Amino acid sequence: MSAPGRPKGEYRSAQHEGTPVTGQPVDAARRHGLWILAAVLVLVVASFATLDLRWADFLSPSELAKIGAFAASFFPPETSPAFLRKTLNAAAETMAMSLLGTLLAGVAGLALALPASARGGPAARAMHAASRLLLNALRSIPELVWASLLLIAAGLGPFPGTLALALHTTGVLGRLFAESIENAAPEPALALRVRGIGRVRVFLWATLPQVLPQLLSYSLYRWENNIRAAAVLGVVGAGGLGQMLYYHLGLFQMHETCTVLLAMVLLVAMVDGLSFGVRKQLTR
Amino acid sequence: MRAAPLPSARLHDPALLRRGSMLLAAAVLLWPLLVWTEFNPATLFDARSLRATWRFVSDFVPPKHDAAFLAELARETWRTVAIATAGLTLAWLIAVPLALVATARLSVSALAGHIGVLPFVLRQGVRWVLIVLRSIPELVWALVFVRVVGLGPTAGVLAIAIAYGGMLGKVYAEILESSDPAPTQALLRNGSGRLQALLFGALPACSSELVSYTVYRWECAIRSSVVLGFVGAGGLGQQLDSATKMFAGAEVGAILLVFIALVALSDRVSAALRKVTA
Repeated sequence: MSAPGRPKGEYRSAQHEGTPVTGQPVDAARRHGLWILAAVLVLVVASFATLDLRWADFLSPSELAKIGAFAASFFPPETSPAFLRKTLNAAAETMAMSLLGTLLAGVAGLALALPASARGGPAARAMHAASRLLLNALRSIPELVWASLLLIAAGLGPFPGTLALALHTTGVLGRLFAESIENAAPEPALALRVRGIGRVRVFLWATLPQVLPQLLSYSLYRWENNIRAAAVLGVVGAGGLGQMLYYHLGLFQMHETCTVLLAMVLLVAMVDGLSFGVRKQLTR
Repeated sequence: MRAAPLPSARLHDPALLRRGSMLLAAAVLLWPLLVWTEFNPATLFDARSLRATWRFVSDFVPPKHDAAFLAELARETWRTVAIATAGLTLAWLIAVPLALVATARLSVSALAGHIGVLPFVLRQGVRWVLIVLRSIPELVWALVFVRVVGLGPTAGVLAIAIAYGGMLGKVYAEILESSDPAPTQALLRNGSGRLQALLFGALPACSSELVSYTVYRWECAIRSSVVLGFVGAGGLGQQLDSATKMFAGAEVGAILLVFIALVALSDRVSAALRKVTA
């Protein structure tokens, strides 16, 4: 991609003034990059080759016309007052699920972040490793998978959805919280500790005030994520707008589906705006 | 080496009032949430659900591991990765042109002070398209596409392509706009084309951030490709869904283990790639 006649070596030496221009590390890095690029290309080609993607069925003119008709069938959205009320209730349920899930996750995440940010003797190290492992396991299973597993224990409805959000988010927030606690300045805590003040009080009055704005900001960010997740959790039967969507789309009631989709988009936009405003206040 | 203890009688928490009132407000807000979400932990502990849960979970160990099942698991795992990769590739193809149109950094009329009316309308239009694409979750796109193209990986690939196309496009435009405008403007003012201004002005400064974000999204796409399986888009998710519905605990255990390993692996690959490109 280099333009012909451009004095490459000169440019490089001008940038790294004082370092000898050997050309060796740059070439090695370039070779490295080419290998990675080749690997990515192989992965992409292999992906397309092995999936039985039926583009022909999908992109033929008759199919495209069918898709157009399908998209048009969504409009106009259903606007009878009774249905709007039902949608509003489902939106409130989704909202409550996301809020409560995030809240529970904030509390549980903080509880797990404390051992996960512990440093010191072998006991602390063991706790550190164990809590990190737990947080990673919680985090790597998505909300929807948690929800489908929890349906067995908690039945259908918003309750398993809330728990599923809380479990996944605990993993995410716990890790972020542990990192910000580890990065907090140690001096205030030390100042209290040398006066013989207990661990709990040291945390509450020396560490927590430092990290609280960041913890809140992380929680708000996860809330934005969770409102999106909560909106779709209903697809596996965990309540809220998702359940309505799944029900009406399954029955091909397109106008109702359209209303639910609009409610989803509005709810997400509202939460985004709210969270953005609060975070701006927090970091001011 | 202990300093003298503080005289505790005169001490009080200076933030007591604020903390107390915040906790009270939280409690008041919490109540309707608990009602709306039908929050009732007791359902977890009644005898019937405990028995069902125990039967299900105790089946997890040992995970199912006969050769036929493992071969199927390997095939579905690859399918999950392939759906994510193919979806992200298409998303990239959607995102790059839209981001280039949406970013004000490459605007020629902006050089004169403010963006012209027509380019402004075009940019805002593309921005709205990107917002709509990404504000509908990929699972909903998948549900819709399953109705259109039928069950199978095509729906999953399309869902990831569209939702992630919106995300990538928006973030690409933002990354380009947050870079130093001077090199691009210098090139544009001196009569270079937009493509040249992009390649030699904006890209050198932002390429590592762009690559890093793309790789991070690939990692997310693998996670969501599993989730998409739940609505019939193929891969590990579909297997997990059917195994859960049949209460086949041993299968669920094996699939979950593979899934956690896959996420951890993609985490590692992504971190390593981002380190190389940083």
